[in-house]
Amino acid sequence: MKTMKLATAALAGALLAGSALAQDKPKELVVGIATFLSGPASVFGVPGRNAADLLIEEINAKGGVLGVPLKPVYVDEGAGTNQLLSEYRRVVQEQGAQVMLGAISSGSCNALAPVAEDLKVVNVMWDCGTQTIFEDGKWKYSVRTQAHAGAEMMATLLYLMKVKPDFKSVAVVNQDYAWGRESWALLQAGLKALKPDVKVVAELFPKFGAPDFSTEITRLSALRPDVVISTSWGGDLDTFVQQAAARGLLKQSTFVLPLAESSLERLGNVLPEGVIVGSRGDHYWLHPKHKNTPDMQAFVKKYKDKTGVYPIYPTFHMQQALTGLQKAYEKAGAAAGGKWPSREQVIAAFEGLEFKSLTGTITIRQDHQGLEDQLLGTTRRVPDYPFAVYDKMALYPGKLVTTPIGEKSLDWFAKVKPDLVTDKSIETFDYAK
Amino acid sequence: MARQLVFGLALTAALAVFPLFSPWSTVILTVALCEGLAALGIMVLLRAGQVSFGHGLFFSFSAYAVAFLAAARFGHEALVLIPLGMAASGLLAALVGLFVVRYRAIFFGMLNLAISMVFFSLLEKLFPITGGADGKRVPRPTFAGIEFGREQFELATFYLTLLLCIVAALFVARYLLSPGGKALEAIKSNETRLEYLGVSPRKVLYGAYLLSGLLAGLGGAIIALVSGHVTPELAYWVRSGEFVFIAILGGIGGVAGPFLGALMFQIIRGYAAVHAPETWHAVLGIMLLVIIFFAPAGLYGIVAGRKREEGGR
Amino acid sequence: MPPEMLLLAALDGLAYGSLIFLVAVGLSLIFGVLGIVNVAHGSFYAIGAYVAAASVLALGAAGLPTWLAFPALLASAALVGILLGGLTEALLLRRIYGKEEVLQLIVTFAVFMILEDAQKVVFGVQPYFANAPMNWLGTVEVFGIFYTGYQLILMPLVALAVLLGLRFFLRRTSFGRAIVAVTQDREAATAMGIDATRVYLITFIIGASLAALGGALASATTSLTPGIGAGTLVLSFAVAATAGLGRIEGAAVAALLIGLGRSAAVYFAPEFDVLIPYLIMMVVLLIRPQGLFSTVQTRKV
Repeated sequence: MKTMKLATAALAGALLAGSALAQDKPKELVVGIATFLSGPASVFGVPGRNAADLLIEEINAKGGVLGVPLKPVYVDEGAGTNQLLSEYRRVVQEQGAQVMLGAISSGSCNALAPVAEDLKVVNVMWDCGTQTIFEDGKWKYSVRTQAHAGAEMMATLLYLMKVKPDFKSVAVVNQDYAWGRESWALLQAGLKALKPDVKVVAELFPKFGAPDFSTEITRLSALRPDVVISTSWGGDLDTFVQQAAARGLLKQSTFVLPLAESSLERLGNVLPEGVIVGSRGDHYWLHPKHKNTPDMQAFVKKYKDKTGVYPIYPTFHMQQALTGLQKAYEKAGAAAGGKWPSREQVIAAFEGLEFKSLTGTITIRQDHQGLEDQLLGTTRRVPDYPFAVYDKMALYPGKLVTTPIGEKSLDWFAKVKPDLVTDKSIETFDYAK
Repeated sequence: MARQLVFGLALTAALAVFPLFSPWSTVILTVALCEGLAALGIMVLLRAGQVSFGHGLFFSFSAYAVAFLAAARFGHEALVLIPLGMAASGLLAALVGLFVVRYRAIFFGMLNLAISMVFFSLLEKLFPITGGADGKRVPRPTFAGIEFGREQFELATFYLTLLLCIVAALFVARYLLSPGGKALEAIKSNETRLEYLGVSPRKVLYGAYLLSGLLAGLGGAIIALVSGHVTPELAYWVRSGEFVFIAILGGIGGVAGPFLGALMFQIIRGYAAVHAPETWHAVLGIMLLVIIFFAPAGLYGIVAGRKREEGGR
Repeated sequence: MPPEMLLLAALDGLAYGSLIFLVAVGLSLIFGVLGIVNVAHGSFYAIGAYVAAASVLALGAAGLPTWLAFPALLASAALVGILLGGLTEALLLRRIYGKEEVLQLIVTFAVFMILEDAQKVVFGVQPYFANAPMNWLGTVEVFGIFYTGYQLILMPLVALAVLLGLRFFLRRTSFGRAIVAVTQDREAATAMGIDATRVYLITFIIGASLAALGGALASATTSLTPGIGAGTLVLSFAVAATAGLGRIEGAAVAALLIGLGRSAAVYFAPEFDVLIPYLIMMVVLLIRPQGLFSTVQTRKV
């Protein structure tokens, strides 16, 4: 037992020595990236990885971060949380990753945050949605470079109130897991505050990955709600929309699909006009303000050449995470007098950091939560593309729709005021070629 | 037996020193040992010719029991939580066993699968209680009253797991040599003869089922603590399939087999995760086919250099 | 709840049950004849779906008329069944018929793992769908609710045709009778000149083709993503086990039962729809371990 304690102490010492203050520049900066490479969520994970490959190549071609090239190591989130946790540890401890980008699902994100604290590794939550992470916990080493579910759902709600103020009944069909449940809880709280007389006629939570929504659609056809909300995504959303469209449901009710941006191209001519769509942020490759900037055009072209499809929101989230990381290193490096910053200095540099993304500006708050604008629109068919595009867009500033520091989103939604719908800081755009 | 002991000792010694040289491996080795424990439970049943495609049930049941107890700050102590989790799974196995020991072969496997899938669906459905598919966090408990930091806790848990594995392996080895263990082989070869001898096959199988549930429960309790998170995926049928996979990979000739299989499984998976992150399932599948067709006695059979006593039925 | 809602729920259950039946009956047939529970069945379903979707999309891209998609669905199913099913049986399963059941199960489990990844490498991870056949058949109105003709009429018809076809094949054709003979007594059948190896191969191909046909039919109504095979497999296990493994008509009844149970759940207890198939299976197995439609020593198939 005594030798074991000695060995433990020696080990701990060795590990501590590894993370001292400002150090010499390493040969390369290993960045571990947790993303879905298998399972249904790989519809987001693989585009994220493709974007990361492309962007890291670009960063390295320009000399890397503070002159150090990045080296990505991928970890599969689809292998299950327990496997993800041990892989994550291995990448940090054995492969020497100084920064981890993790992850996509809120389950993984919640599980990884304490591990990152343990390992004292910078953890950039590159695609995490759940608002609870920084509202229920304080994580020194984790930071989020985009909005959270609170901001996304608030903007969705405000947009729905703006374009269809007179609806009386609403039904929800969400995937049965944390995202589906939490996003509906938020929307429901907000609806109660803004439109207390609205009737919720059905709350359906079909199994994640369900292959068939016939029964749900029959029920909705019979109930005839004015509005059908679904925060589903990926294959589930595609299946639901396809089956609903084939049976005329999309014409009967107004559909609100806050994640549909990621399905627009695949759904092609299935999605009719008049559907409310969003993208978990202000990203859209046809963003009314940024679609013609050289950076955006270069990114879209490169991505399309590589993958054959247009970029969707996870690729923009990856771009934000990597850009934020680069800027934080530069800021921390400058503060350390040109030396290679320690992990602690990097994470400190994130606080208050402001950087440009492809579609706007991201600000990292003191609580490590990012402020990001939200773009919503209504689908329209145009001859330019074989799929629906955004029209009647509204751009909600991140500051307006993000839960203030120290408040919990659910409470904040419950006391939202109707004048937010018509706030002057909201910009609007129509589709233009 | 002597050969088994020498082999077991060598394996234990190798395992005991490994984490000291490569600290990153502590958790992975602990996970491997936990899966080895579950596979050891499967091996006991395999001795009777029965295969369960639902032992994820016991694995996940104790893991969730530990998660709930730890979250409720009830007995926030690893040395209390592990036996409690194991006992919870033992109770469940005692209950489920009452039904399933009446069935044999494919029906035995199917029923186990059905029950574990009901539990899996419940874990996913009861979102407000279980956290749904996202699972639950397990706060790090004290260890023997001491609040350890991460590395120390991981090392301590690893050595505790190793110790428990040795105890479990020795116990199972003795059990297999006992009359009850010998009767298991008879269930596989000729159950009627067993009845003529006045031995109740159901009782024999019930004992084995209880033991296998306890072993899977022990593994699940530790895995909840060491990974700090539990998800319904622990109960999914693919996970149960992996236990059977590990048992076959390691070989059921000796109690070291499942642990050998679990280590190999982790090594292949880890290696494949680095070099073929998108096709590690296929790598495992090919490995499994190679073992079945070219080394049917499993890794243990290769290492111990013995032929499996009986291959056919 | 108005009474017509019950009918509406039943219509949804019928379409869903038809699809599971196609997959489950293949599983059941293979077990009845070869005595193997084929875990790779889920992969045959998934790959059948992907191949069918790819060929329907290719037809569309070539500007060919949409009705051609229907023969394309059938052809894809047969192709997958013959190629993948045939290879699996001839290269792997044939070598382990004498061995323990556990090994047979594990071999198909390994095939499943390999095929799941192969499917991902070939077809990618983005959702894939080809809904032209569904849209081409249009909708049917029942009590003011629109159903797709594809799900309401075509799928149950195909399921019925498969059920009757299998019955006829096994009872009235000489090869079908050979299959039944091998199932009942392999040695006696072999002694009478029946080529058991061939019977096994062809049965496995038929079973695999049925799984692929289920996938091909589903490809018009659902998005194909990684993991669809695993979900369908467990469901068809539940149907086959509820019916009694090896029971063909039983599989039809059990599939209908589970389909109706599930859609009733969406109306009355939406929180429990996923539990229904497993609960039904568990209860049936506990009361009648051999399944609803088997007696212990009865003939299979």
